[in-house]
Amino acid sequence: MIRHFEIDLQGIKALVLAMGGTVEKALAEVCQALFTRDPHRLAEVHLQEQKVNDLQIQVDNLCVQLIAKQAPVAKDLRLVIAAIKINTDLERMGDQVVNIAHCAADLFLQGQAIKMLPDLLKISERVRSMVRDSLDAFVRRDVSLSQEILKRDDEVDQLKDKIIQEMVSSMRLNTEEIEPSLGMITIARNFERLADHATNIAEEVIFLATGDDVRHAKND
Amino acid sequence: MGVEEAQKNPVLRTDELQAYFGPFHAVKGVSVSIFPNQVIAVIGPSGCGKSTFIRCLNRLHEETPGAKVKGQVWLEGKDIYGKGVDPVLIRRRVGMVFQKPNPFPALSIFDNVAIGPKLMGLRRRALLEEKVEQSLKQAALWNEVKDKLNKLGTSLSGGQQQRLCIARALAINPPVILMDEPTSALDPISTARIEELVQELKNRVTVIMVTHNMQQASRISDKTGFFLLGSMIEYGDTVQVFTKPRDSRTEQYITGRFG
Repeated sequence: MIRHFEIDLQGIKALVLAMGGTVEKALAEVCQALFTRDPHRLAEVHLQEQKVNDLQIQVDNLCVQLIAKQAPVAKDLRLVIAAIKINTDLERMGDQVVNIAHCAADLFLQGQAIKMLPDLLKISERVRSMVRDSLDAFVRRDVSLSQEILKRDDEVDQLKDKIIQEMVSSMRLNTEEIEPSLGMITIARNFERLADHATNIAEEVIFLATGDDVRHAKND
Repeated sequence: MGVEEAQKNPVLRTDELQAYFGPFHAVKGVSVSIFPNQVIAVIGPSGCGKSTFIRCLNRLHEETPGAKVKGQVWLEGKDIYGKGVDPVLIRRRVGMVFQKPNPFPALSIFDNVAIGPKLMGLRRRALLEEKVEQSLKQAALWNEVKDKLNKLGTSLSGGQQQRLCIARALAINPPVILMDEPTSALDPISTARIEELVQELKNRVTVIMVTHNMQQASRISDKTGFFLLGSMIEYGDTVQVFTKPRDSRTEQYITGRFG
């Protein structure tokens, strides 16, 4: 006999994954819009973000109900706590995707020839794979994949720094480049924040699977 | 063992404790050190040996016909199963509260509490009155009964009777009190009072409580021991046991997947 409690836990997990899938879709749309210079795709990003917000409330409600009614412990408690935290990360990720969409729209409006830096494509690909893998790690409670994601975050940080340096140089050389360059910097920073949230999810998966808190381990 | 514990001596220690009912091996080699001023929750499915275990800690188990105990139990450094040790004296040092409140039916509230000190030789009325008041206050019952101390103990409500039994146990200053599902027959308000009381009492005594209520165990205890088929599978800090149990059988039990 499957317990109702088990069904509720699976329900929370399914909603978190639906939310993750929606964030992935929004991210894919914004990248497509950015790199193919297709402003029509940006509307879709806003629709997906609205879905993410709705799902956030649903996940929170389910988690609160489960804590109040079932008082989960051990791995069940860790799943509910991880779901609440991942939920917040995913909602923030939705906001960051929207930030990228706003920047892209501004760049398109300026009608300027946007330089699509190879590093921007690279950072977007790295971030997309980190987001996908963090959600896979959540599904499988995969500790080794999570640890790998933590390492990949450094690479994204370096790419962002490189893009900023490049944009600063470009602005110094040509004042006309200031606006598009600032836009590119904002986009790079949002990609980097997305990677941070994927890293948070990976840390939550490690907590979920092992009960160990690995956050801020670098600072120890 | 935490740093604080390492600086203290255990109030109670069992060494390869075994208990039998005839041929049935009910407790299988339990070794554990229990430190003062803590609440210990003993959890596990029905028939796992948890009540038998605590009944070995005040030599009550041997009162059951055919029951036998092996191994050692050290109370404040002395083996309670040592040669020539009087079990009655041990039961004065290790009090017990049962599932169903059991005040002495023919005695008043006052006498239910005074009987222990009287048996231990306290005769002066003024001292007895002081002891009864102190014990009833410690059991958080004084305000409710101070005007009817001569009424029968059995005239009280179930929750009050259970606190009366706790006052009775406290009256002889035991270092350890055993509680065998002390709230399972009580309503939620009375249960909450007993739980509050247990938290208060740990400043004076060590409480070892058998409970089937996982939330109660996690709410009030400092340490939790999980029993299964007569063995103590896991013993650790309650927070650790309820968030990150070491043994998968503990995890399965506390998350309700068996038992």
